[in-house]
Amino acid sequence: MPQMLLSRKAACNTHGQDSSYFLGWQEYEKNPYDPRTNPTGIIQMGLAENQLSFDLIESWLERHPDAVGLRRDGALVFRELALFQDYHGLPAFKKALADFMGELRGNKVKFEPHKLVLSAGSTSANETLMFCLAEPGEAFLLPTPYYPGFDRDLKWRTGAEIVPIHCSSSNGFRVTKAALEKAYQGARKRNLRVKGVLVTNPSNPLGTTMTRYELDTLIDFVVAKDIHLISDEIYSGTSFDAPGFVSVMEAIEDRQHVSDRIHVVYSLSKDLGLPGFRVGAIYSNNEAVVAAATKMSSFGLVSSQTQYLLSVLLSDKEFTRNYIVENQKRIKERHDRLVQGLRRSGISCLQSNAGLFCWVDMRHLLNSNTFEGEMELWKKIVYQVGLNISPGSSCHSDEPGWFRVCFANMSAATLDLSMQRLQDFVASRGGPNDGASGPRRQKKKPSLGKWILTLSSSDRISDRGC
Amino acid sequence: MAKKGVPLSEMATADTHGEDSPYFAGWKAYDEDPYDAASNPSGVIQMGLAENQVSFDLLEDYLEQHPQEFGWGCGISSFRENALFQDYHGLQTFRRAVALFMEQIRGGRTQFDPEHIVLTAGATAANELLSFILADPGDGLLIPTPYYPGFDRDLRWRTGVNIIPVHCNSSNGFQITLRALEDACTGAESMKVRVKGFLLTNPSNPLGVAITRPILEEILDFVSQKDIHLISDEIYSGSVFSSDEFVSMAEIVEARGHEERERVHIVYSLSKDLGLPGYRVGTIYSYNDQVVTTARRMSSFTLVSSQTQKMLASMLSDKEFTKNYLRTNRERLKKRYEFVVERLSNAGIRCLRGNAGLFCWMNLGELLEEPTVEGELSLWNLILHEAKLNISPGSSCHCLEAGWFRVCFANMSQQTLEVALRRMKDFTEKMKEG
Repeated sequence: MPQMLLSRKAACNTHGQDSSYFLGWQEYEKNPYDPRTNPTGIIQMGLAENQLSFDLIESWLERHPDAVGLRRDGALVFRELALFQDYHGLPAFKKALADFMGELRGNKVKFEPHKLVLSAGSTSANETLMFCLAEPGEAFLLPTPYYPGFDRDLKWRTGAEIVPIHCSSSNGFRVTKAALEKAYQGARKRNLRVKGVLVTNPSNPLGTTMTRYELDTLIDFVVAKDIHLISDEIYSGTSFDAPGFVSVMEAIEDRQHVSDRIHVVYSLSKDLGLPGFRVGAIYSNNEAVVAAATKMSSFGLVSSQTQYLLSVLLSDKEFTRNYIVENQKRIKERHDRLVQGLRRSGISCLQSNAGLFCWVDMRHLLNSNTFEGEMELWKKIVYQVGLNISPGSSCHSDEPGWFRVCFANMSAATLDLSMQRLQDFVASRGGPNDGASGPRRQKKKPSLGKWILTLSSSDRISDRGC
Repeated sequence: MAKKGVPLSEMATADTHGEDSPYFAGWKAYDEDPYDAASNPSGVIQMGLAENQVSFDLLEDYLEQHPQEFGWGCGISSFRENALFQDYHGLQTFRRAVALFMEQIRGGRTQFDPEHIVLTAGATAANELLSFILADPGDGLLIPTPYYPGFDRDLRWRTGVNIIPVHCNSSNGFQITLRALEDACTGAESMKVRVKGFLLTNPSNPLGVAITRPILEEILDFVSQKDIHLISDEIYSGSVFSSDEFVSMAEIVEARGHEERERVHIVYSLSKDLGLPGYRVGTIYSYNDQVVTTARRMSSFTLVSSQTQKMLASMLSDKEFTKNYLRTNRERLKKRYEFVVERLSNAGIRCLRGNAGLFCWMNLGELLEEPTVEGELSLWNLILHEAKLNISPGSSCHCLEAGWFRVCFANMSQQTLEVALRRMKDFTEKMKEG
């Protein structure tokens, strides 16, 4: 065997691309729904994108051609920006971003630009923090269920480990002191040194905000164990209902000597719907972290062109004020629409007040209360119902039967259609073996509003079955 | 007694980022006292930054004539589609444009398949990615000296990979020899470091020389024989003064068989040829499908802004524009280079004969008090504080011979360059007198 192999990192599958999370995407890519050209295609409900408020940004862009055209007061600043590669970031942009982050928190917290480190998306920010806080082989505790991408982002190149903090539906998936302690001890038994806890608040995939009590519990815990706390607040602008979002930064305001261990991650990918622009940030009161992360950001700087455009956008306080309120309103509307649609199918979800998705309870639809049962149900939903939703197992859920369903990346009409399909599916289910794939499925003639997917569903399954 | 902070990783606290070297110290001195013709005529002139500012007017003219390239047009879906686009394959139009541009730089002598292009936020990220992909922590990459100081960070810091220097010297114009390659390998073996690849910068930074065809062939033979990878960082390929003097590793590879191709990976970026370091556009071009797939996945950590991809896609696809740009840019760089060498020569200073890049490799050996690193750094310090010129000492580039310096000439106006060269002349005259 030639030595010219690739590294272990290249050969392993910690990038996670073989997980069902990504496989669902692949199925969608092969047969994507389009109202005109492919009305029987798969509807993408596995992508946590925010497409609800683009018009607000588009009209702002129309009114600000200078920002788009890289001009300041009419003069091209193209050259200046083209040369700007300072990893401290464009000062005007960092100031605007810091202000925006404060605004999202009702100005109960003030963020200082010099404590911000920019990165190419929060994907990069989270990985960078791992590099800064953990040695290879050391562990971070994460409450389950969690965003599938973390397996890649936190572990792949860093060599860090994730140890789950088991949360359950019995208490609304809240993080408890007991669960934290259990996870910590579990890590110890595996000879893993724990360096910190990472939470996503508001939570992905739960769509809930952490209570003040939970935050205090977390902070007490990390202080007692002398470890770090990373709060990924990427969804901070999507909180639309009571009890409202409380940032960890707010929770530590009246605490002494803890700020050094608390780090916040943010990004404009969800709140502003700009994942393509790759704008992420780390915020930390710990100078050493800021210094190290800043140097590391060389590997993932934000395009100066993008920094400039967004510095003008986010400095426009009238725009940001209006955007924040309107965006939250629209998210709430869409959330409610999904919840009601699910209810018509006899499906409930975890009560949520944030996020671009719901954590949906389909346990009663399982043939067996196992993860195999969950996969079986998921395949039916993807191939027969034509909805790509994310199975809880891909989010490391401890209980089978939960699914993450996104609602902000499609039109209201498409959302309604998806709910109609689901309703039809649930209505037609009789006994446990109904809806089985196979020759029966293929022979059935399509009728609108009933079985949308007809052809080759078993072919598709065998395509995947390797 | 100061309270002990919450521990960070070894990586965060070590100095493997390399920022404490003189390469960066000079930058700091410049930042504190930067030259400005009007407001600070006695300030430090930055000659340690390999930036290309000589052809911006061409880009600005193009953008003035094509304002639609900036925005998203009137189509309502255009902005949102672009804003949502985070596919790590990259915008197809942009990938195609980059492939085309790379072909043009090589005078159409090679072909680049857009499907093999992986986009990254700058060559900094591209090189680090390849280090992660081709080597495990503790393994080694062979790199000819002198080399770009940033490699110490880019290839080693977060990856845990070692750099094994392949020492070159002035006896043959710093050309890479088989002997040097073998010596380096033997050295690695004795340190029990497994060599996984060879990284070549062609044209070379800091030498400013395009590597010759025979040497490229020899290198490819060598890596094949050792069964290791070859990274060819061709970031300065568009800055070779005469286009026919540049031979890309792609040209050598196209004439070889499949197995040899699989070990070759080319790095490129728009930071030098187009002078756009702020936009963070780098690329890995690999002939190896597995490397392409893995690099794509890893590029999730370092994607290029879709806004930037879109803006540059049209410009780079405009053959008329790129043809003219490349030709004009080369001419201007050549002119600058010749001007610098002539003036330095008048001051009694020799340079390595170069034909590419944004800098020259200058020899001040005669002015050293002692032919050592200390002597060189002491001279560098004098030049920084007395002549007020920030140039890069060869030791920061891991050159084993003391007295060589890299001097950048494309990051300033002609006027500033003249001031800098006058100062250099005055300084050397004073040194020779004293």
